Amino acid sequence: MATESDRRIVDCLVANEIKFATSVPCKQLAGVIDLVDSSPSIMHVPSNKEDEGMGLCAGAYMGGTQSCIIMQNTALGVVVNSLATLIQFYRIPLPMLISYRGEIGEKVACQVEMALHTKAILGQLHIPTYHFQHCDQLEHLDSIIKHAHVCGKPVAVLADAMFWRSAE
Amino acid sequence: MIRYDVLKSIAPVIRGKLIVCNIGSPSQELFDLLDQPSNFYMLGTMGLCSSIGLGLALAQKSQVIAIEGDGSVLTNLATLSTIANNQADNFTLLIIDNGSYGSTGDQPTYAGRKTSLANVARACGCDIVVECSAENTASELEKALSSRRMTVIVSKCESGNVDVPVIDLDPCVIRERFMGEIKRLDETRS
Ligand SMILES: [Mg+2]
Repeated sequence: MATESDRRIVDCLVANEIKFATSVPCKQLAGVIDLVDSSPSIMHVPSNKEDEGMGLCAGAYMGGTQSCIIMQNTALGVVVNSLATLIQFYRIPLPMLISYRGEIGEKVACQVEMALHTKAILGQLHIPTYHFQHCDQLEHLDSIIKHAHVCGKPVAVLADAMFWRSAE
Repeated sequence: MIRYDVLKSIAPVIRGKLIVCNIGSPSQELFDLLDQPSNFYMLGTMGLCSSIGLGLALAQKSQVIAIEGDGSVLTNLATLSTIANNQADNFTLLIIDNGSYGSTGDQPTYAGRKTSLANVARACGCDIVVECSAENTASELEKALSSRRMTVIVSKCESGNVDVPVIDLDPCVIRERFMGEIKRLDETRS
């Protein structure tokens, strides 16, 4: 079920010594989550909600383990406070791999509603944000993850429907 | 006994241990009673104390105690299922349950009414759950730590806060000294 792009994403996490990952599922992320779960070098702790996931990642990071969160863009409506008062306030690097639902190619109308706010929320929080529309852009993923550590901040990768289609 | 008395009674037990402490009055009271580099004070983010504690416990080997409140756990109730399903035997969750939102003026929580956090924890699959009186908290905590099994303690105490100053440490200082202590403990062990 996992595609070559899913594999490239997880290989990149592993190469960057990300050893702790949390996730809340999204259809588009299913392959990545499967691979993260079965990766022997990543401890995968699924979250019930994304703010809980941010707490887990903050704890793992302070324990000396690089961490990341895998989530859907709709949840940006859930995590604003956690990003501002935990991840940013304490300067914790946190790569966020976000499936960007509601962009062109979306089949569920309601997803568009949060898509309209996605970049605005990330922009309001001054979170470095990279919009992936094609799997060729995965060549930048390594630098983006490293960027989170250089600046001690959350960074967001938004992977939209066109990205996942190009990755099939 | 109110929360401050419980914290005072457990101070000798938690000295030198990695502590993640809940936002507001709990952190301020702990800061007043026993400031140490191994304390991580939450200055914001209601509800995530137990999640931070679990993430930390899973990521390294030293014992971690998350000092939670009933209001905070109710905010992030699903944390109990994450804790139950990701067993970390170096993790103790201490919920100081005073039945109120202490930091905001002691408004009652549902934990002080019909909801039993100990029963919720059990229903979530936590294997070892102890509900105890405020007076017995220190001895239950000591027991939990020496058992080296993941334990949830619900300490029932009275509501009320004492007047202590706001924490004036920079968040990055709190994190840096905490991480320094984690590293030191790790090196001491090996
Ligand atoms: Mg309370």
